[in-house]
Amino acid sequence: MTRPAEYLRGQLISAVRGFALSFLCIVASTVLFCFSVVSIALVPLGVGVLTTPLVLAAVRAHADRRRLLAGRWTDIRIARTYRPLPADGRGGIAGHVERCLLLLKDPATWRDLRWLPVDMTAGYLVALLPAVLVLYPVEGAVLAAGLWRVFTEDPNWYGFVPVDSQASALAALALGLVILAVGLRYNSTLLRGHFALAKALLDRPLEAELSERIDRLTETRHDAVDTSAAELRRIERDLHDGAQARLVAMGMHLSTIEALIEKDPAQAKQLISMARQNSAEALTELRDLVRGIHPPVLAERGLPDAVRALALRLPVPVQVDVDLPEGAVRAEAPVESAAYFAVSELLTNAVKHAQADAIWVDMSYAAGALRVSVGDNGRGEAAVGGGSGLSGIERRLGTFDGVLAVSSPAGGPTMVTMEIPCALS
Amino acid sequence: MRVVLAEDLFLLRDGLVRLLQAYGCEILAAVESGPELSKALAELEPDVAVVDVRLPPSHTDEGLQCALAARRARPGLPVLVLSQHVEQLYARELLADGNGGVGYLLKDRVFDADQFVDAVRRVAAGGTAMDPQVISQLLSRRSQDKPLGGLTPREREVLELMAQGRSNTAIAGQLVVTERAIAKHTSNIFAKLGLEVSDDDNRRVLAVLAFLDRG
Repeated sequence: MTRPAEYLRGQLISAVRGFALSFLCIVASTVLFCFSVVSIALVPLGVGVLTTPLVLAAVRAHADRRRLLAGRWTDIRIARTYRPLPADGRGGIAGHVERCLLLLKDPATWRDLRWLPVDMTAGYLVALLPAVLVLYPVEGAVLAAGLWRVFTEDPNWYGFVPVDSQASALAALALGLVILAVGLRYNSTLLRGHFALAKALLDRPLEAELSERIDRLTETRHDAVDTSAAELRRIERDLHDGAQARLVAMGMHLSTIEALIEKDPAQAKQLISMARQNSAEALTELRDLVRGIHPPVLAERGLPDAVRALALRLPVPVQVDVDLPEGAVRAEAPVESAAYFAVSELLTNAVKHAQADAIWVDMSYAAGALRVSVGDNGRGEAAVGGGSGLSGIERRLGTFDGVLAVSSPAGGPTMVTMEIPCALS
Repeated sequence: MRVVLAEDLFLLRDGLVRLLQAYGCEILAAVESGPELSKALAELEPDVAVVDVRLPPSHTDEGLQCALAARRARPGLPVLVLSQHVEQLYARELLADGNGGVGYLLKDRVFDADQFVDAVRRVAAGGTAMDPQVISQLLSRRSQDKPLGGLTPREREVLELMAQGRSNTAIAGQLVVTERAIAKHTSNIFAKLGLEVSDDDNRRVLAVLAFLDRG
C-alpha cells in the first residue's frame, strides 16, 4: 500500500495528465479525422491519392503518441499493428498510388480512423473528467468564500444547487468536497479508462492476434526443427569422422599388436603408443563435441557460472554481473542452453569481429523474463539481418518467444540485449 | 596411503581401485554418490580423497561441492578432483583457500598411471596437481601481457610445469636437464615475475598459480 501523500499526488497528476490529453483529443483527433475523411473522399478524384499517405502518416504518429503515453503513464500496452510498407517502393505517381492502396488495405488504418471520432468525443470526456473533478470543487470553495454575493438576484447553479445565499453557498462547498473526494478516489482509474478505450479500438481484435500468434509459432517451430536437424547432422559428422574413426584405428592397431607382439616387440610397442594417442585424441574430440552440445558447467552449475567459465576462456577481460533472485539461478534446460550459446556467440563476435578489449555481461531477471546484455567497446556496426550470426541467434531465441535488440553504432560501443520469458528455480 | 574414492561409473571406479591398489594404496571406501562421499570423508580421515566432479543424486557438481565442504570442515584435507572437462572456474574455487593439498585433473590423465599416482601422492603430501590444460589456459590468457613476455621459452616451459605442481626433480627429469639448471630457471622466473622466493615447494606453486590467475 502506498502512503496517502503519494496516493493523492498520483491522483492529482492524473488530473493534470487528463487535462493535457483532452487537448490532444479535441484538437488533434478532430483535425486529423476531418482531414482523413476529406482526403479519402477525394481518392476517386485523384487528389486524395497524393494527400492520403501524408494524412495517414500523421494519424499514425498521433496514435503512436497515445500508445507511448499509455505505456508511460499506465500499465496498458497498445500494440502497434501496422503492416510494414515496402522499403523499396517505386517512386513517382505509381509509387504514391501503390502506397496509398497498401495503406487503405491495412485493417490497422481503419481501426485508427474508427478510433479518431471516439477519441474526440468519449475519449475527450473521459480524459477531461479527472481535471473537472479537481477544478470544479475550487469554484464551490470560491462561492462559499463570498462570491455568492454577486448572484443574489439571479441564482447561479453549482451542480444542482442554486446559489443565492451563504447557506446555499456552503451547500455548494459541501457538494464540491464530495466531487473532490470522488476525483481523488477515481482519477487514476478514469485515466486508465481513457487508455483502455484507446486500446479497445486501436489494438487488433482477438482473432487477428491469435492468427498472428499462430503464424509466429509456425515460423519459429520451423526454425527450431531446422536448427536441431542441422545440429544433429553436425554431431553425426563429427562423431563419424572423429571419435568413431579413431576407435576403428585403435581396434586395428590392437589386432596388429596382437600379431606382432612376439615377432617384433619393438614395433608392437610403437603401435601401443599410437593406440594410446588415438584414445586420448578421441577423448579430446568427444569432450569438444560435448561442450558444443551441452557444456558440462551449464549442466552442473547453471547459466551464471557457465558464462563465468566461458569468460575465463576468452583472451579479453570479461566482466560478468549477475543479478538474479537469491537461490534461483536455474532456468529450464533448453532455455539455459539457448541463452548460453547466444552469449557464447556474442562474446566470440566481440573478440573476433569487433576487436574489443573490454567486454561486459549483465544478467538479470524481471517480470518473468531473463535478460542478458552483452556489451563491448569494439568497433560496432553489428547488425541483425543479411544472414549474420545475430539473425541466427534471434531465430533460435524466437523458439522460446525470446527477443533480441542490438545497438551498435559505427565506432562502437556495441550492446546486444536479449530477453527470454522463463521461470527460474 | 589411505584413499577415499568417489566415482559414479562402475567401470571407472573399479579401474581406479585396481590401479591405486596396484601402486600400494589402501582404499578405505569407494563410494558412488555425494552423500556417501560426505559421510566417508567425515568418518574415515583418509590421507587423500579422489573425487569425481559430477556425482549422483543431482548429477551436478556435487563431488566438487562435497570436497570443498569437507575442506572447510578440515582445512588442508587433501583432495584430488577428477573430471571429464576442466574449468578454470573450478580450479580457482579449489585453490581459493590457499591451503594446498589440491589436485584437479582430467580423467584422461589416468592413462599414464605413473604420473597419475605421482599426482595422488603429491596431493596427499599437501602439494598441488593442476591439469596441464588448466595451466595452458591460464598461460594463453596471459600471453599478451608483458611480464610473461620477459621469460625465455625455456623459462616458460619450466613455469608451466611448476604451475602444474611438479617438483624441481620431476621438472628436471621431464626436460632432461640437471636439477641445478631448473633451480636457476626458477629463481630467474621468480625475479622476473616479482614473486617472493620460497624454499617450500608447495608455497611456491600456490604463489605461481595465484600470480597467473590474477591475469
